Formats: sequence, C-alpha cells, structure tokens
Amino acid sequence: MSPYEEVILDHWRHPRNKGRLVNPDMVGVEANPLCGDVVRLELKLRDGKVEDVRFDGQGCAISQAASSLLTEMIQGRPVADVAAVKDDDLLSALGGVIRTRLSCAVLPLRALRKALAQAPKEGGR
Amino acid sequence: MMDATVRADFPILRRAVGDRPLIYLDSAATSHKPEAVVEAEARFYREANANVRRGVYRLSAAATDLYEEARAKVAALIGAIPEEVIFTRGTTEALNLAAYAVGEARVGPEDEVLVTEMEHHANLIPWQEMARRRGARVRAVAVTPGGELDWDDFRQKLSPRTKAVAVAHVSNVLGTVNPIPEIAAAAHAVGAVVVVDAAQSVPHMPLRVGELGADLVAFSGHKMLGPTGIGALWGRAELLAELPPFLTGGEMIREVSLDRATWADPPAKFEAGTPPIAQAVGLGAAVDYLQGIGMDEVRRHGRELTSLALAGLLDRPYVTVYGPLDPAARGALVAFSVDGIHPHDVATLLDEEGIAIRAGHHCAQPLHRRLGVPATCRASFYVYNTGEEVAAFLAAVDRAWEALA
Repeated sequence: MSPYEEVILDHWRHPRNKGRLVNPDMVGVEANPLCGDVVRLELKLRDGKVEDVRFDGQGCAISQAASSLLTEMIQGRPVADVAAVKDDDLLSALGGVIRTRLSCAVLPLRALRKALAQAPKEGGR
Repeated sequence: MMDATVRADFPILRRAVGDRPLIYLDSAATSHKPEAVVEAEARFYREANANVRRGVYRLSAAATDLYEEARAKVAALIGAIPEEVIFTRGTTEALNLAAYAVGEARVGPEDEVLVTEMEHHANLIPWQEMARRRGARVRAVAVTPGGELDWDDFRQKLSPRTKAVAVAHVSNVLGTVNPIPEIAAAAHAVGAVVVVDAAQSVPHMPLRVGELGADLVAFSGHKMLGPTGIGALWGRAELLAELPPFLTGGEMIREVSLDRATWADPPAKFEAGTPPIAQAVGLGAAVDYLQGIGMDEVRRHGRELTSLALAGLLDRPYVTVYGPLDPAARGALVAFSVDGIHPHDVATLLDEEGIAIRAGHHCAQPLHRRLGVPATCRASFYVYNTGEEVAAFLAAVDRAWEALA
C-alpha cells in the first residue's frame, strides 16, 4: 500500500463538490489544531436524503482527498445511511491509509457527524 | 573523515525501513545510541546494579561511584564542577525544576519573566504556570522575520521587574544560535536569573558554562547519544544553594522529623528519590563517545551537513526555509516547507523512501503562529549522518513536490 493511492492523488488534484452551499441545512466544521487541517461540510436535505453536499477546507492531501471522496459517498443517500458511515468505510474507499495518518483521513467524518448532530435549521426542507 | 567509522558504531543504522536503508534526519527529536552506550547501560545492570548513596555494602558503593563518575563526565563536557550538575529526567524536568525553584525564591506579584517567541513549550509552559502561581507575568521577546531575537524588543521589555530570562541557546525550529553571553550580561544588569534551554546546543557544539554566562542550563541525555530518562540541569553554586528543592522525598534530605525536614547540599538537594542510575552511566558513556570524536569536530560535521541541506533547499524555488540563512549562525537543523504541500504529506512521502524527518509544530506553536504556518518540516543532523544522505533527502523532496504539487 502506498500512502498516496491513485484515488487519493485524484481527489487531491481534482476535488469534487468543493465550495459552499446557499442556505445549507446542516454544517459541520472540524479542525486538527496540531497540524492545521480544517474541513467544513455543508449539507442540503430533501425528503430524508442528502440532496446536495459541499466541502471546503485546507490541509494535507489525505484530509482533503478524504473530504472530497466522502462527499461522493453521501451525495443522494438517505440521511440514516449517511449517519451509519463508519471510519472503515471511508478508509477502505481511500484504498487504505497508513497508521500515522489515520486522524487526517477521518477528519471529514468527524465534521459530518458534527453536522448530523445539529437539528436541521428552521425552514430546512 | 568520520562518517564510515562512526556509522558502524550505531547498530540501528543497519536496519531497513520497508526495503530501504534508514536515513535518519530527526536527531533533534532524539539521537541514536552507539553500541558503547547500549553496552554501558546493560553492563551496569549485569555487573553493578544497586541503589546509590545509601548502601553500606560494597556493591552499592560501586554503583554510587559509577553514578558520580557519570556526573563528573557531564560536568567536564560543559566546563563545570560536578557539584553544580543535577541529574534530571531530561530537559523538560530540568526546566520545570528551574521555573519552580526560581519562582519560589525570586518571583512575587507584579514581577515579570521574559521568555522568547521561539521557545519550545518546555521553556514556556513551566514559566506560565509559575507566573500564575506567583501572580507574576510572562512577557515574550519578539522574533525578527530573519528568525533572530529582536534585540530592541528584548532591551525594551527587560526591566528591574524582570526576575528571570528564559531562552533557548539554539532554537529547535529556526536553528538560530542566540547570543547568550550578551543576553546574560543585560539580564544580570537588572538582577534577573538567566535560564538556558541547551537541549539543541550541548549535543552539537563545544560549550563552557563559564563563557555562556547563564545561571541555569538544561539539557537532555537522549539527544546526545545517551539513554532516554536522563538529563541535567547545571546551576551556579551560589544560586543552587539559595533555591528551594523541586521534588522532595528520599535522598535529598539532611534531617527529617514528623513535621519538617532540612535539605542536603546540592546536587542531592534536587535529586529526590532513586535517580536514573543506569541511564546516568549510559550518559557518561555517551559523553566519552562524543569527547572521543571531539566537540569541535561534532560541530564542524553538523555545520557541513547543515550547509549542504540549506544550500540545496534554498536552491529550490518551491521550498521556503525558516531561520538564519548563514549555516554558521545555526545549529544542526533546517526547518522548511514545500509550496502547497502540507508538511505531513512531505514527511509521509519521504518515509516511503526510508527517510525520517519531522513534520508538525515541533512543540513551538507560538513560533509557528508568528511564522504564519500551522506546521513545518524539519531535517536535523548528527555525527552519523553523511553528505550522501543529505543528497538523497533533497532528491526525495523533489519527488514529493512532483507527486503532489
């Protein structure tokens, strides 16, 4: 296993769903103050599903690629499924992550869980 | 040429990382140990193990002799007398001892302690905590964009309220060698105690405490080829006599009753409990090893490798180097970053090639805030590193840039 499998390089060079939503229903921000990585996830919900998702952030290739990949994994999925995404699901989708960098890879999942823990905003559909 | 013979003395350098030979460029974090040090510590346990200072039997006397011989070796390395060398667990404990004892003896409400923006957390937090307990204030001397102490800011912040000046001899990030004799002279003029974090200098350059001019000097064994769990605090005899103990308990007393106790003379006053005896013996062997090479030669070799690394990194337009550009003004380390690539990615990519460098804030978050980056990469060098290793490191930095930029 190389620490930078093709999937990580691809998402690092060509991030998917990067940016901000207008009036997101849920927002989660997580940071690792030790290395300066920051990930912000925004979700728009409709009929119990993730209608739209964006991430924004800065940091290492692993945290940013993991964020990009996670947005693809949850786009269009029922919220209950999204809430059930486990660390290992994301890590295996990334093609495996070396032990010393696991906290980078799971940073977007921590942001996602933070977002889901919020009550949807008033008027959110 | 010391490379080949010296390298053969370090068993760990024969190991591989994955399918690559280990290129270890993180000696500023901890150094490797020559066979002589490993053997000295093991031999102590095999042949001379006993507690020190309190045994009537001859084995204890032999262990005490070995422990005190180690103290004498450390003292000789820094031009001190043995009674002025306190064994601690390392630089961190030594600086905690210094901050606590100086605080108790010299610092009261409204007083100030002067630190610098380039301090390792170990020479910052003990002073913050002491100031909080004593109602005093910590002020920090600014660092210039070139990575040196801002002398005007130092002069401006130094005042009769300053009771202690705590400063690194060599910055563990910038590599800057601070002018301790000048700092000490100015600090002494206002009556302040001068405490020096010498963790990155004692292992790498000739140092005489008499010439340094400081009052307390802290360093670690494990960064100078010795074991972990042993370090030292050198203190001026008059000051050690004045300061109260830090840790209390066995071995550091003269007489104890149920409601009070009196203290032994230094250094025992500051060495409560059973000390790291085998580790001290190992450190003594490390000092012997360094003296065998000669500290001037250690410094020359470190400067040579640092020059190569510095020139190579400065040559690459996508690399930013932090700290002084003149290798003569530096310790044996270089901190840098690669444009657009997080330091942890650089370190992981180099690790793929068997090259160990450090990435992160290096226990100096305020300094990184001043540099405007959350983290940096750091390569550091010691007696067993070679010019070929520096070249391999520079080529790997190029490949990291190509992989992720």
